[in-house]
Amino acid sequence: MNELAITVIGRDRPGIVADVAEVLARLGANLTDSTMTRLRGHFAMTLICVGPAAADVEAGLAPLAADGQLLATVRAVTPDGATPPAGEPYVLSVHGADRMGIVAAMTRVLTDAGGNVTDLSTRLTGSLYVVVAEVELPPGSSDEVAGRLARRAAELGVGVSLRPADSDLL
Amino acid sequence: MTAEYVGLGGWTPEALATPGEVRAVVSAPDPVLSRPGPEVDPTSDEVVRLAADLVATMRVSPGCVGLAAPQVGVSAQMFAVDITGHPKAVTVHGTFVLCNARVVEASRWKAGREGCMSVPDLTGDVKRASRLVVEGVLPGTGVPVRLVTDGFEARALQHEIDHCAGLLFLDRVAGAHAIYQRKVYL
Repeated sequence: MNELAITVIGRDRPGIVADVAEVLARLGANLTDSTMTRLRGHFAMTLICVGPAAADVEAGLAPLAADGQLLATVRAVTPDGATPPAGEPYVLSVHGADRMGIVAAMTRVLTDAGGNVTDLSTRLTGSLYVVVAEVELPPGSSDEVAGRLARRAAELGVGVSLRPADSDLL
Repeated sequence: MTAEYVGLGGWTPEALATPGEVRAVVSAPDPVLSRPGPEVDPTSDEVVRLAADLVATMRVSPGCVGLAAPQVGVSAQMFAVDITGHPKAVTVHGTFVLCNARVVEASRWKAGREGCMSVPDLTGDVKRASRLVVEGVLPGTGVPVRLVTDGFEARALQHEIDHCAGLLFLDRVAGAHAIYQRKVYL
């Protein structure tokens, strides 16, 4: 079974999801994990599908991209093996005046501490820049990581918070 | 009508006079989890046995603070709750089982991330009332109960009452980006 990584991005308009999903369904591509969102007027889709060959999906999506308003890429990927144990889950929030390098600086702190970003969104509105990320940290390291993030954030002139994202089993 | 309702009155699972058997917990997409359960006759033998089974199954399930009848494959308005010892517990009513329960007052809504034994690989951000009044009846006697609670117990009760109505936390998540792969901890 082929596993495919597909991206579609283009000027937002009603119907992009339906158009792309119909092509995939017609080709027998089973949409598994995906994230789709609007980014400053562009609609971005990142999808993992299983089923047909990459070339067939590329050909199927080509008519949607023919007017130059959508860009689609299709790539065969290798399914993941066993997932390694996760660290402790936290949510990182950063906000402040927009400037170059905020994401780079803050994620470098996480990486150097052995952390892993599993989800991240940024938004720029006016001069306010906001980063929210789901991160996994090595057990027991959060205080130290929070300190390092705070020092780096102070250098950048932005605010930062790191809070537990543990869930309750009900 | 609510004046007839009283507290748990010291009720414990021993009142069921049966130890209960551990049942298999079903997972989504089992259709029983999406079906509103019917009201039950709290005095029937079948309901008393199910009440004991829910308590027994809850107790052997690590980290489980509540279990509703649909989660053991029975479409019915009935659940067990016990948040005793949970780090987030505020008000605690111990172990109890309620039949035909409904929320009569809910306020102070707060977001929290919750998971479910029947949706083992996902968690989600769900807003729940942190002040809650629930009315239901006890299994065995059918005595009406009015429970006033808060915090984590209130969240657990709303989660279980949702199960009885055929709703999962997935039906209440805060938005498209509010579900998460559940972490496997070190």
